Amino acid sequence: MAKTVEGLYYSESHEWVKVEGNVAVIGITDFAQHAMGDLSYVDMPEVDDELVAGEEFGAVESVKAASDLFCPVSGTVVEINEALEDAPELLNEDAFANWIMKVEMSDPSELEALMDVAAYEAMCANE
Amino acid sequence: MIMEENLLKTCLYDKHVALGALMSPFGGFIMPIQYTNITDEHNAVRHRAGMFDVSHMGEIFVSGPDAEKYVNHVFSNNIEGMEDGKILYGMMLNHEGGTVDDLLVYKEFEPDHYLLVVNASNIAKDYDWLCAQTEGYDVKVVNASDSWGQIALQGPEAEKYAVGTLGLAPAAELGFYTYYEAEHKGERMIVSRTGYTGEDGFEIYASHEAINEMWDILLDAGVVPCGLGCRDTLRFEAGLPLYGHELADDITPLEAGLGMFAKVKDKSDFIGRDALVAQKEAGLTRKSVGIELQDKAIPRAGYPVEVDGVQVGVVTTGYRSISTDRSVCVALVDKAYTELGTKVEIRIRKKVFPGIVTKRRFYETNYKK
Repeated sequence: MAKTVEGLYYSESHEWVKVEGNVAVIGITDFAQHAMGDLSYVDMPEVDDELVAGEEFGAVESVKAASDLFCPVSGTVVEINEALEDAPELLNEDAFANWIMKVEMSDPSELEALMDVAAYEAMCANE
Repeated sequence: MIMEENLLKTCLYDKHVALGALMSPFGGFIMPIQYTNITDEHNAVRHRAGMFDVSHMGEIFVSGPDAEKYVNHVFSNNIEGMEDGKILYGMMLNHEGGTVDDLLVYKEFEPDHYLLVVNASNIAKDYDWLCAQTEGYDVKVVNASDSWGQIALQGPEAEKYAVGTLGLAPAAELGFYTYYEAEHKGERMIVSRTGYTGEDGFEIYASHEAINEMWDILLDAGVVPCGLGCRDTLRFEAGLPLYGHELADDITPLEAGLGMFAKVKDKSDFIGRDALVAQKEAGLTRKSVGIELQDKAIPRAGYPVEVDGVQVGVVTTGYRSISTDRSVCVALVDKAYTELGTKVEIRIRKKVFPGIVTKRRFYETNYKK
């Protein structure tokens, strides 16, 4: 059973969002890293990139395949987790402790469209 | 979309499920992709020994008074005067020079008898193609794919396990691309020094029952079960083509850089020869090359190769190479950009990454001479 964390927002495409003021800290879930297997590359956006909710912002790649990442909220990238450039396996080790990027939200009401932990666990149980 | 219930199972299917393999469709079969993870299985073959269920491969037997002439007519390599127990790699081509399939031809230990080992995804197509070319030749073509199982035992310790664990003593004497035949509990068994990994190793063909027995013995002895995931990373590093990627109905062996297996000079006749001669005279317009990226981004099949923002080719296979930890790919590229050292770019999602044209082999192979 994949791990989840209380108090986060979850997307259908298996990203998590932790809200810190007006900033959304975004990563992939334990379910997602488990489904992908050992990760060998994380394709991240650049600081100051403008992202739109629901659109692709990067990818995580295993040996076998690339899986696109989708931005759960709109806004501007303020920081990326540079540690992942050399150590993508950190996402396999702990997907919730290792975030991918931080986004200054332009419309925090978009969070309401995301799932809470109970709804996300229910969705994963059906996959 | 192929529905899972229509997929074929190999004779080792139950073993894969019991081992907890990740199963996925491949070439019409439901096959193991990995048992643990691709990297560990890849490294087991490079450094020790691994085994693959390759029972999905097709076995087509050709025999009859005209067998040699007939096989030489449909096959791009030259089998004339081939000695018993020898194996040749080559292609069957269509009349346009495109590749129907790439395959191995085994010269059996009986006059006028040949075994053709073909790709799983092409068994039906190949058999139909072969039957359609028999007019004027006194030959019998038999598709026996369903009655043979096959294990590929690969890696530097493969000989130790073949001889010591399975008791296949004659395997030690085999040279690369030769085979011997024996009886296993009253049924035929074929052991060849061949493979698809760039390492030394053997491919063992036998009855379903015998293959199940040997699988268990090798597993107990510590040979690592390996899925198709690492079979692809291994063959890719060794510069070996995969049908549907580097070769296809509309890709000629010359374009794929495999002209040495199409004997245009030695042979006056084989299907596709005229098209290859014409292509040589006119000059190739595209060719398969290796490309290495400086970045860690991973080029994958289907990604565009570009120069100055204009597409000049397409990636056919790409990986972060497990053995060399470099992002590399094979791509089919316009001839003007195929010189070693040429600078190109690969479009990966929204960005382009600079790369340099290299050889198609990314790993030094360790075949037994």
